[in-house]
Amino acid sequence: MTASNQTLEQILNLAAAHFKVPREKLTADDDFFKTLGIDSLQALDLLTRLEHHFHIELPDYELQGVSDFRTLAERIQVRL
Amino acid sequence: MESFRGKALSWELKNGVVELALHRAPCNEIGSLTLEELEQFVKVLERVTNEAHALIICSEIEAGFCAGADLRELHWRSQQMERKDAARGVRDFLERIHRVLNLIDASPLTTIAAVHGVTFGGGFELALVCDLIIADKMARFCFPELRLGLIPGFGGIPRLKRDLGNAVVRDLLLTGRSFNATKMQQVGLVSQVVGEGEPLRVARATAVQLGKFDRRTAVAAKRFIKPIPYEELRKEIDVFCELFAEPAVEAGLRKFVESEEAQPYLP
Repeated sequence: MTASNQTLEQILNLAAAHFKVPREKLTADDDFFKTLGIDSLQALDLLTRLEHHFHIELPDYELQGVSDFRTLAERIQVRL
Repeated sequence: MESFRGKALSWELKNGVVELALHRAPCNEIGSLTLEELEQFVKVLERVTNEAHALIICSEIEAGFCAGADLRELHWRSQQMERKDAARGVRDFLERIHRVLNLIDASPLTTIAAVHGVTFGGGFELALVCDLIIADKMARFCFPELRLGLIPGFGGIPRLKRDLGNAVVRDLLLTGRSFNATKMQQVGLVSQVVGEGEPLRVARATAVQLGKFDRRTAVAAKRFIKPIPYEELRKEIDVFCELFAEPAVEAGLRKFVESEEAQPYLP
């Protein structure tokens, strides 16, 4: 598994566990707002959890327009 | 024991500790109602100074400590008035909220903000008046005002400059990005980062510790190490009011109020 795929897998696992969605229902290209059923405040919560998990800073403006897990993983990967 | 429960906030004095809890849905937006109750509160705060040694400010709302000024009310009110009357109304509101925040800032009590979740704009500025900030690890801090064509108006810039290096202040203001609690502790603003749901418990434990020391010494120490930047606070009101007169602000407010974006809280 590539580093990028590992990052994606960790995001999917974290999101599934925190928002109580079965992991098998989440795929890389899902719109996480829709799949997780979250609003912008919960998206901030997810951002904070990802920053803690990966020990990175992820400026929120980098997430403007990002709504799928794959692109989110790419944004995180470049900061690891 | 003294206590009060209003529409936007409640307070209680118990064992020498005043707890001020915000509880206005959706996320403690500060509009005229909250301001009126805060004005009542600071009168009480001055009165109980001899009976208390600490003040804790917290939120009962799950989403966070406070999402800032009530932009919907600001937009609605400014639509009801002539432009110059709206500008006068904004200045009046700012002067009133500054009086409240300056009194809390200058209070002889040791003050603690126990924050979680969204701590944005005016909510961040409310936390900044406190002597200590104890933050839930999931708290986020942000000044998103520039996206509206404004600067923070509740004393944010002078108080940030009091506590932080100018480069950090510029980053927060000019990018409008949000910082998590750990980052805020790293830059020196947050005193303690605690587990989820723990800020109030830790703030209460801290308040007990504060009560062990001689009050006169604590008050003298606070006066010495926490000057209030009154002149810059006045200037901030002037700059805010100048910017508020720009047409871009009305457009920015309307966009925010009418927004159906999935990410209105992302700067």
